[in-house]
Amino acid sequence: MSDPKGFLRLPRVEEGERPVAERIADWREVGVPASDAAVRDQASRCMDCGIPFCHQGCPLGNLVPEWNDLVHHGRLDEAARRLHATNNFPEVTGRVCPAPCESSCVLNIRDEPVTIKTIERTIADHVLAQGAYVPQPARVRTGRRVAVVGAGPAGLAAAQQLARTGHDVVVFERDDRLGGLLRYGIPDFKMEKAILDARVAQLRAEGVAFRVGVAVGQDLRGEQLLHEFHAVVLTTGARVPRDLPIPGRELKGVVFAMEYLVQQNRRVAGDEVDAGRAVVATGKQVVVIGGGDTGSDCVGTAVRQGAASVAQLELMPKPALARLPGNPWPEWPLVLRTSTSQEEGADRDWSIATRAFRGEAGHVVSIEAQRAVLEAGRIKYLPGTELSMPCDLVLLAMGFVGPERQGVVEQLALALDGRGNVRTDASGATSVPGVFAGGDAARGQSLVVWAIADGRRVASGVDAYLRRTPTLARAANG
Amino acid sequence: MGIEILRRLAHRGAAGCDPRSSDGAGILIHVPHARFERTLAHTGIELPLEGDYGVAQCFLSRDAAQAAAEMRALEEAVRHHNQKVIGWRDVPVDERALGPVARESMPAFRQLFVGRMCPAAVFERTLFMIRKRAGRRASDAGLPGFYVASLSSKTVVYKGLSLPEHLADFYLDLREEETRSRIALVHSRFSTNTFPTWERAHPYRRIAHNGEINTLRGNQTWMRAREPLLASAAFGEHLADFKPIIRPGGSDSASLDNVVDFLVAGGRSLPHVMMMLVPEAWEGNSEMPVGRRAFYEYHASLVEPWDGPAAILFTDGTYVGATLDRNGLRPMKYVVTESGFVVAASELGVLDFDAEDVLEKGRLQPGRMLLVDMARGRVVGDEEIKSEVAAHEPYAAWLEGNKLDLASLPVPALPASMTPADRRRRMRAAGYSREDLRVLLAPMATNGEEPTGSMGNDAPLAVLSERPQLFFRYFKQQFAQVTNPPIDPIREKLVMTLASCVGGEGNLLAETPDQCRLLELAQPVLTNEDLAKLVGGALADFSVRVLPALFAPRVEALEPALEALCSAAEGAVDAGASILVLSDRGIDREHAGIPSLLATSAVHHALARSGKRMRVGLVVETSEVREVADLALLVGYGAGAVNPYLAFEAIDALDVGTPRGERPAHYVHALGKGLLKVMSKMGISCLSSYQGAQIFEAVGVGKVVVDRWMPGTASRIGGVGLREIACETLLRHAAAFEVEVPGTTSGGESSDEDALDVGGVYAWRVGGERHLWSPKTVASLQKAVRLEDASSYEVYARAINDQGTAPFTLRGCWDLAGGDPVPLEEVEPAAKIVRRFATGAMSFGSISKEAHENLAVAMNRIGGKSNSGEGGEDAARFLPLENGDSRRSAIKQVASARFGVTAHYLVNADELQIKIAQGAKPGEGGQLPGHKVDEAIARVRHSVPGVTLISPPPHHDIYSIEDLAQLVYDLKSVNPRARVSVKLVSETGVGTIAAGVAKAHADAVHIAGHDGGTGASPLSSIHHAGTSWELGLAETHQVLCLNGLRDRVRVQVDGQLKTGRDVAFAALLGADEFGFATAPLVASGCVMMRKCHLNTCPVGVATQDPVLRARFAGTPEHVINFFFFVAEELRAIMARLGFRTIDAMVGHTDRIAPRTMVHPKAATLDFTDVLVRAVQVESNAAADTASPFTSSTEEALLEAAHHSVKYGAPSTMQVALTNADRAFGARLAGELARKHGAGGLPDATVAVEATGTAGQSFGAFATRGMLLVLEGDANDYAGKGLSGGVLAIRPPARARYKAHENVIVGNTCLYGATSGKAFFAGRAGERFAVRNSGAVAVVEGVGDHACEYMTGGTVVVLGATGRNFAAGMSGGIAYVLDDDRVLAGRVSKATVDLETLAAEDDELLRLLVEEHVAHTRSARGKALLAAWGKRRFVKAMPHEWRRVLELRKVG
Ligand SMILES: Cc1cc2nc3c(=O)[nH]c(=O)nc-3n(C[C@H](O)[C@H](O)[C@H](O)COP(=O)(O)OP(=O)(O)OC[C@H]3O[C@@H](n4cnc5c(N)ncnc54)[C@H](O)[C@@H]3O)c2cc1C
Ligand SMILES: Cc1cc2nc3c(=O)[nH]c(=O)nc-3n(C[C@H](O)[C@H](O)[C@H](O)COP(=O)(O)O)c2cc1C
Ligand code: SF4
Ligand code: SF4
Ligand code: F3S
Repeated sequence: MSDPKGFLRLPRVEEGERPVAERIADWREVGVPASDAAVRDQASRCMDCGIPFCHQGCPLGNLVPEWNDLVHHGRLDEAARRLHATNNFPEVTGRVCPAPCESSCVLNIRDEPVTIKTIERTIADHVLAQGAYVPQPARVRTGRRVAVVGAGPAGLAAAQQLARTGHDVVVFERDDRLGGLLRYGIPDFKMEKAILDARVAQLRAEGVAFRVGVAVGQDLRGEQLLHEFHAVVLTTGARVPRDLPIPGRELKGVVFAMEYLVQQNRRVAGDEVDAGRAVVATGKQVVVIGGGDTGSDCVGTAVRQGAASVAQLELMPKPALARLPGNPWPEWPLVLRTSTSQEEGADRDWSIATRAFRGEAGHVVSIEAQRAVLEAGRIKYLPGTELSMPCDLVLLAMGFVGPERQGVVEQLALALDGRGNVRTDASGATSVPGVFAGGDAARGQSLVVWAIADGRRVASGVDAYLRRTPTLARAANG
Repeated sequence: MGIEILRRLAHRGAAGCDPRSSDGAGILIHVPHARFERTLAHTGIELPLEGDYGVAQCFLSRDAAQAAAEMRALEEAVRHHNQKVIGWRDVPVDERALGPVARESMPAFRQLFVGRMCPAAVFERTLFMIRKRAGRRASDAGLPGFYVASLSSKTVVYKGLSLPEHLADFYLDLREEETRSRIALVHSRFSTNTFPTWERAHPYRRIAHNGEINTLRGNQTWMRAREPLLASAAFGEHLADFKPIIRPGGSDSASLDNVVDFLVAGGRSLPHVMMMLVPEAWEGNSEMPVGRRAFYEYHASLVEPWDGPAAILFTDGTYVGATLDRNGLRPMKYVVTESGFVVAASELGVLDFDAEDVLEKGRLQPGRMLLVDMARGRVVGDEEIKSEVAAHEPYAAWLEGNKLDLASLPVPALPASMTPADRRRRMRAAGYSREDLRVLLAPMATNGEEPTGSMGNDAPLAVLSERPQLFFRYFKQQFAQVTNPPIDPIREKLVMTLASCVGGEGNLLAETPDQCRLLELAQPVLTNEDLAKLVGGALADFSVRVLPALFAPRVEALEPALEALCSAAEGAVDAGASILVLSDRGIDREHAGIPSLLATSAVHHALARSGKRMRVGLVVETSEVREVADLALLVGYGAGAVNPYLAFEAIDALDVGTPRGERPAHYVHALGKGLLKVMSKMGISCLSSYQGAQIFEAVGVGKVVVDRWMPGTASRIGGVGLREIACETLLRHAAAFEVEVPGTTSGGESSDEDALDVGGVYAWRVGGERHLWSPKTVASLQKAVRLEDASSYEVYARAINDQGTAPFTLRGCWDLAGGDPVPLEEVEPAAKIVRRFATGAMSFGSISKEAHENLAVAMNRIGGKSNSGEGGEDAARFLPLENGDSRRSAIKQVASARFGVTAHYLVNADELQIKIAQGAKPGEGGQLPGHKVDEAIARVRHSVPGVTLISPPPHHDIYSIEDLAQLVYDLKSVNPRARVSVKLVSETGVGTIAAGVAKAHADAVHIAGHDGGTGASPLSSIHHAGTSWELGLAETHQVLCLNGLRDRVRVQVDGQLKTGRDVAFAALLGADEFGFATAPLVASGCVMMRKCHLNTCPVGVATQDPVLRARFAGTPEHVINFFFFVAEELRAIMARLGFRTIDAMVGHTDRIAPRTMVHPKAATLDFTDVLVRAVQVESNAAADTASPFTSSTEEALLEAAHHSVKYGAPSTMQVALTNADRAFGARLAGELARKHGAGGLPDATVAVEATGTAGQSFGAFATRGMLLVLEGDANDYAGKGLSGGVLAIRPPARARYKAHENVIVGNTCLYGATSGKAFFAGRAGERFAVRNSGAVAVVEGVGDHACEYMTGGTVVVLGATGRNFAAGMSGGIAYVLDDDRVLAGRVSKATVDLETLAAEDDELLRLLVEEHVAHTRSARGKALLAAWGKRRFVKAMPHEWRRVLELRKVG
């Protein structure tokens, strides 16, 4: 904050984006990193607030004003340490976080917020560019063993924190690769996956062991884990998709978004996808049901695959263009957002309820829908607004209903909360002693930043459980 | 004649609820031999010759048996010293002259006559010893009622609680013709620091004192510590009778008298003693003769100054004299007549003399002495007497041969610098946070600046914080308010010094060369190099011992370690050490540091108790000290020097641009500057008297710790014991040594910041210190007021109110205890409650026009009050808007800078608030940097855009409670319709001050909490000065009740008030009205950015930048909603508690129930004292209905000017004035301003010709159209706040003295004048035209500090100037006749240049002198005009002013 009026002098400049025509021709990241100099300038817009609402807005409590100042002074290495002090994977959040910090930034009251996310990414990439992360192995090992189930951001963050505290951590992952939704959910054009490998290497160097391809609950029973480990952390995500049980659901060409996205991520990663199960949008008329981020990722993927057209339908009404009075700063603004994918070409429509899929020869050819409003949680169809849209691929991206109940959850007899997520207390402890949970598995479908925050929180819960005295506080500092 | 003086000064004393009892009055006269001889003859006692007997004036118990015992004690003492008991006499008194309070506490009065049986030369000393012995015996025998007012063969004291004007009606002796005396020392007391008693009336045996000893506690401790080293052949074994030299429980004046009395009896002359105890400011005075400097320097190594504002009259019967403190903060004027009178008094005009008879009229200058030698029968001037005393011994030679200077010692090998890992561990052990580095140390180390911030401290008190606190944090600095002024450490730096001596001292009764064998330090911070020099052993006769201040890291190890440290210290002294270094350098895994403050205080007191303290100097080598407050604490608790070694290491490692080598100097400079500020807050000017003065109070430290290790510290609510203190230390120690500290392992880059915690004290942080203003509270309050959303308000209020197990504030530890609930409908409506609400004083300047007016409109709509703050107010706002809204602030503040305080401003107020102090920076001034001063602000402040505006720390017209009473009088005169309130800050003792305020006839007293907001303050003040309003408010309510004064004033409170629950507690503790500043700002959009001081507020609240102001989005509705939410919440509480009205609730402390606290620290608090239920004692206020604010002369003036007021028609008047006619013209000024607005009437519409001596504040606030011509003289504050009127004062036509060499007006004239003209044909006192912003004045000589802080106007001085001319002057021009070219040496060059006059200057000057002559017939003026162009004038031109003028030219 060397220039207290920086924000008046400098407009907000976010990182760039590659031109649409260029970017839809490949799977590389859309964003173009800003130059270090530009970011240094942008960092000077930060006012080092007495109450940094950004810092509160970030679920990780990232020390935004502190690293902004360091970046502004060109002290990127120190900024990186300050950033890593609260965030295990800033290279991820710097790319895919929706940045609630920015919407709560004080400059967002009247002006445009500090480009916190861009700055975060710049710091993270500065470290990334140095090749490898310096491992921070614990100097004293505690001899306590912890199993982490699920290698998404929550699991990885928890594993890293626990390992740095000196516990022996084994991560079990059902998939063939690590990263959870970071790996197979989020498309490469939002985040290229190579960045995950450097991080995983750091975890390994810090002593984390990985057992890939092991589905706990199937390949290994939950009780067994409890037996072999002093504590178990469940970070298995919330992978059960919300379905749309309407006529024609069984038609071919109506698929869950995740089925579609995972395939493409595998392709980009160089894997072969079984031709029989392949879902590709090339040349097709695509309808994405669900106006959220998953849907948006489907749009971007379909566009890149060369879809003939892409439409995205949302049941909820079209959000306002600007904040409504009842939704003031620093609350998360419920406003219309347009993702880079949506910019790339999607017909979006709101207040549309799909009532049936129509098919020919077992394959979907159109959807039948009607305009609707929600009244007291129930859908009210507006008469005379029926419409039909021809299509040959429907992607269901209506969110997730929670973690899988069969398998490990069942085996350990974990209590669930009202929404079907694993019930935990503030330290992440579940109803079963020694078993902890976090990330989407405990909070329902959410964000990467929350997953990391949960991973850290649960790790200190576990640590406290294992030691009865927390020592993680200091790891939190480094 | 003395009695006549008392009568004429009656307005300076105080009367409490009983108007016929005073705070004390008295007179000291020569023994009236004739009177005694005759009355005793009746009883058969025959007196020896005059001078051969002594008279003991005794106060005895009224109980006859006790009195008999007391008399026996005295007689025994007389016999013990081989003198003769001649006999007793009942002192005739008339009780009817007393009020009931005085009568009730009245003792019996008897005089014992003691015959001289020893050589005359030692008789006075023998009488002294008798008095001491008798006192000692009486107190040993449990006879507390015994008091000897005087025992001397030369003088006798008559004093007590009668009104000054009735003293002679009470003591019949004083009425008798034959009671004759060539001297009379009289005094009338306005008590502020202690409860009035008969004993405490002045004069004492040697002195009468108008003032306040700020350093009393230190002086007492040091005197006590010196006692073991005292030795005197003259006293021999009797010395034991005298100890303690200072009688415990006495007032500050009594204590000083004890010491003076003792030292005089010990053989020094009275002037000598006064010079050593109350030295003038010699340190920076290059004009002082070498010998006298040496005298002062030598004596500085014997005794620290008794520091504080003081006008002291002293006498031993032969010498009668007066002296002023180094600051000259009390007025003292004198007149010498041809007929042989010398009268010295606070005011001129206490006796009438024929003008022809007057030889000299003068005023005592700061630090100067006026002496009458009755033996020689003449006046001895300052110069003469001091040269005589200074030549007593060859002091200069003694110093030369003995005094040591650190700089002269060889530089030893420095200890190797620490490894980063070592440094970081130590930093963690000492509780360093990243904030400490960034926020505190960086600004100090890079440019020597003190860190500043804005808004209040909303973090928990140390005792309530869940983060381990340094022991320092439990202590709050005390500060001066009302009874004595803070000093201006920047503009009046010349009176201040950080120099001190370290080493062993000797026998105070002797004077030998080796007593100054001490190490002199220019300031108390030792760099690592300095300490190495000291410890290095270069000085053979200085034995330095380093004592490790450490303990094993176990809770129970702290106490034995402290004990061991104390005995090690004593042992070291016995072994001959002359300097002890308490060091925590040995901290490691196995050794934790004893909190340095605890170690220092413990050793200091242990050594003092065992009589060894004076034999050593105490140096502290500590890892804990980083900021000014820390340093101040160590020095305040006895350290002579401090080496903050870790801070030096830390700044060396900072990643900042400043070269490493320069950082220590910057840092030391910043600490020194800050320390001066801390001292100045208390009105202390010398470090040596600050040392050990313990000017702190503890909040949350238990009695056991205080009593045992830090005796004498006020701590009202108990608190932590050694256990908790040790725990906190060990938590930090563990965080340093028991865990892996990031940045301490090898591999990878790292910085200190990586190793430290976030802090979160100065800015909110996740996981940092807690704050009441958090994202949640700010956001929910804003949502609530914008959407009128009660549920959001509830979220907000709950977050603040439910402090649960983690309280922030004292009220957070309390619950409301139920009563019989009443239905909500029966509770007075919110609309009525909000009328008790006021928004805080916030100046237009600190906040934007938009925010300021928004608050005013809101408060006017709901019938509450907004407050102008100290920056004046645009007169356009006094008129309502078309839509009926009003932007006028109901409360107008009168602060030290008097910005825009005109008569017109004053009459447009419902309440006038005298701002003595502000919670965020009590005892300090303020500054509005030039870049914030735009056209509009400059206009309302009567200054120029771009010029930095400074508020001085003190009100230059409030150096004492009498002065405050005078200002109240002035304000009430101008605007009789407004209430006057006085804003104080909570600290121990504020209750007594509040009582003083009530006695000064203010209508309201405002108690501000330490945690209140600010537009800009040093962080150290925001965090470390003052106490919670809960404490100050409770004390105020209790003291007012106890003194029967509670119903005379309304009590107001503010500081972090946010919710209805806060208000409820405030009311229960005794407040009638409630102030909110930050919360309504938050309601208007403030997001606690805390950048108010940088002018960059992004929401347009605290900024003057037009771009940012445009962002202001607050509306009156937001503010109104806030207050109604608060009121409704309060109503619900009232209903629950069963109160229908707030009035019914006030003072009901029984409804406050302290919660059982879980937190081990909070659990130690004990609120019993705070929650005492006070009930107003029976008051006699009815007898006091006569308003003190009427005066017949003023009435006459109003009568005479009636047509002028009504129709603007001309009028004239002739009137004779006396010094009792105060604020002459002020009421008329108010009437004119009310009727004719700011513009007033054409010049001289009301023309008054007055004669005589005008009282204080002559012509105060006189408006345009008033012409007051006075033939005679005037006292202090003439022309205060001049608002366009013209004043002229000339000496009486028959006077024979030279006008320009004699005083014609008192101190601090034209203070805060905004326009108008003044012509004074004579000299003025100190601080002439201070804060003048527009008036034109011609005067024939001025004292020190003239034109201080001037921001506009023109001052012409046709004669001598004092020192420190034009300090802080940033605008206007001064022309000074400077034939002898002395001005260059006296001007304060920091802000002004001296220039020769240009042609247009010459023209202007000539016109002004002509006008001066026209109004005053000035002889000097005429002479100048006659020889125009021949004399040398110079022009004092402020730098900033020139810049602005040049800009204007360009523009
Ligand atoms: C398409 C899509 C796009 C998204 N985009 C973003 C975005 O841009 N920004 C953002 O912040 N958030 C985004 N999210 C949300 C975000 O990815 C998740 O909130 C986050 O990844 C949750 O992390 P997690 O560790 O809790 O669970 P996951 O990432 O779901 O990881 C769970 C892991 O556990 C494994 N697992 C499950 N069961 C077992 C078992 N029994 N045994 C072993 N392993 C098991 C899974 O294979 C998986 O690897 C997106 C989500 C989706 C679906
Ligand atoms: C921006 C600002 C400026 C202030 N200016 C003044 C002032 O000029 N005079 C004064 O006596 N107090 C001043 N204060 C202090 C307030 O009058 C009040 O005593 C204090 O802020 C009350 O505490 P609160 O802010 O917690 O309600 C100021 C406070 C703020 C926030
Ligand atoms: S993690 Fe997300 S919310 Fe936190 S700072 Fe980074 S972008 Fe902002
Ligand atoms: S809220 Fe915005 S401006 Fe304030 S500290 Fe955070 S990033 Fe900086
Ligand atoms: S704290 Fe000050 S800087 Fe503005 S947001 Fe509030 S007024």
